[in-house]
Amino acid sequence: MDDFRVADLFTSIGRLWTNWLVDLGVSDPWILFINSLIGAILIVVIPVTIVVFTIMGERKIIGRFQDRLGPNRVGPFGFLQTVPDVVKLLTKEIITPDHVDKVMYHIAPMMSVVAVLLIWAVIPFAPNVIGADLDIGVIYFVAVASFGTLAVLFAGWSSNNKYALVAAFRAVAQLISYEVPLVLSLLVPVLLASSMSMQTIVETQRQGWFVILAPISMLIFFISSTAEIGRSPFDLLEADSEIVAGYNIEYSGMKFAMFFLGEWIHAFTICALTATLFFGGWLGPFVTQVPALGVVYFFLKMFILYFVQVWIRTTMPRLRIDHLLNFNWKFLVPLALANLMVMSLVTRLLNPIEGPAADPVVQGAVFFGANLVLVVAALMIVGGVARRARQAQEAQRFRAVASGVQG
Amino acid sequence: MLDDYVLIGLLFVVAFALPVLAITFGNLLGPKKPNRIKNDVYECGMEAFGPAWVRFRVQYYIFALIFLVFDVELMLLFPIAVAYDFLPLFAIVEAVLFILILTAALLYVWRKNALEWS
Repeated sequence: MDDFRVADLFTSIGRLWTNWLVDLGVSDPWILFINSLIGAILIVVIPVTIVVFTIMGERKIIGRFQDRLGPNRVGPFGFLQTVPDVVKLLTKEIITPDHVDKVMYHIAPMMSVVAVLLIWAVIPFAPNVIGADLDIGVIYFVAVASFGTLAVLFAGWSSNNKYALVAAFRAVAQLISYEVPLVLSLLVPVLLASSMSMQTIVETQRQGWFVILAPISMLIFFISSTAEIGRSPFDLLEADSEIVAGYNIEYSGMKFAMFFLGEWIHAFTICALTATLFFGGWLGPFVTQVPALGVVYFFLKMFILYFVQVWIRTTMPRLRIDHLLNFNWKFLVPLALANLMVMSLVTRLLNPIEGPAADPVVQGAVFFGANLVLVVAALMIVGGVARRARQAQEAQRFRAVASGVQG
Repeated sequence: MLDDYVLIGLLFVVAFALPVLAITFGNLLGPKKPNRIKNDVYECGMEAFGPAWVRFRVQYYIFALIFLVFDVELMLLFPIAVAYDFLPLFAIVEAVLFILILTAALLYVWRKNALEWS
C-alpha cells in the first residue's frame, strides 16, 4: 500500500496488481501475458460499453433536433431502449442466402467490428493509461482502419445482390478517395510532434493544442473521417431511399447487428482520435498533479466532438456522388497538400535547427495566421471558379434566348 | 517495445471472439426455418434477374488506381515527418518538392478528366 495514490488511480492499480502477481511467484513472460490479456479485454469492453450509451443518446439527441421526444417508453426517459433492441436482434433468425460467396460473406461482419476495436489499442486515456504506446501509432491506425473498408467491400461483393454491389462500388469510390486527405492531414500532427506515438503527440500539445496550430488539418481530418464512417451527409453507402440499405442488405439478425455495432463504435472512435490528435487528448487543468483526471478530460472532449458529429448528421442532406468526389479530389486533396507544404516550411522557418525556438504564443499566432490565409485563398479560388462557370452558363443561356428571338 | 505487440496480438484474438460469440448466441437463440423463397436473393420482391457479379463502370477502377498512387507516396512522407526535428531547411525544401511532384500528378489526372463523373 506504500505507493498507492488516488490521484494516480489507474497506474497505482496496475502497479499493485503486478506486484501481487510477482509476490505469487508468477514468472515474467506470464505476467506480460496476463496483463496484456486483461488490457485486451478492457480495450474491447470499453467501446462496447460506450456504444450502448451513445446509441441511446444519439436517438434522444436526434429526436430533440427533429422536434420530437425520441424513445421514451422503456425505463426512465427511455434510457433502457437499447436492451430490448439487443434482445430482439439476438432472437432473430440468421438467414444465409443460397447464392452468396460463403467465406467472404461470413468474415465481413466480424471484420467490421475487429477493425474498429483494434484502433482503441493506441488511444491514450490518461498519462500511462494506453493499450500499447506504439512507436508507429498513427500508421497503425491508418492500417487498421482500412480493414473496415475491406469489410464493406467483402460484404457488398459476396452478397450476390445488386443493391449490395452498388454499395460496394460506392465504397470504392468514397471510402478509398477520402482516405487520401485523411492521411495527408494526419501528417501535420506527426510533423509538429516529430513522432508517430500517440502519447508523444499528446505530450507535445502542452505547448498548445494542435487545433490552434493546425485548424485546417483538424477540419480536413474530421470531414474525411466522417466520410470514412459513412454517416450523413456522406451516407451514400447505405442510402436507404436509393439502394435499400446498401452493403448489409442480405444480412440479418446478429450478423446485421455486427455491422451496426462496428459502424457505431467507429462513429465515436474518430471523435476520440480527433480529441487525441488535435484537442490535446487527456490534457487539461491539474492533469500533471492528478493524472487520473485525464480520463475525465479525454471522455469529455470525445463526447463534445460526438455531439458536433450528431449535429452535422441531423443538419446535412445527402450529397450526390459526383459532388462528393469533386469535393474530395478538387478541394480537400489540393488544400491538404498546400497545407502540408506551408506547415512544414513555416515550422522550420520559425524554429531554425540551430538557434532558439520561437515563443509558443508567437508560434501559435503565426501558425493560425498561415492557416487563415490558406483557407481564405482556397475559398477565393473556389469562388472565382464557380463565378466563371456561372457566367459562362448565363452567357450560353443568353445566346440561346437571343437566337430564339431572331428565329 | 516488442512487449506492446503481445497486447495487439491478444487484442486481435479477443476482438475476433466478440463477434464470433455474438453470432453463435444469435444462432442458438434465433429460429431456423429456411425455405427456398426466404433464401433467395432480395430484389424488389420479384425473382432475381441474372447474377449480380457483372461487369461494371471503369470509373470506379480509375479512382482505385489514383488512390493507390497517392497512398504509396503518402507512406513515403511519414518518415520525413517523424525525422522532422533533425532536418535542416534544405531537406524540408526537398520534401516540399516531393509534395509538389505529387501535386503535379494530381493536376495531370485532373487535366486528363479522370476525376470527372460522367
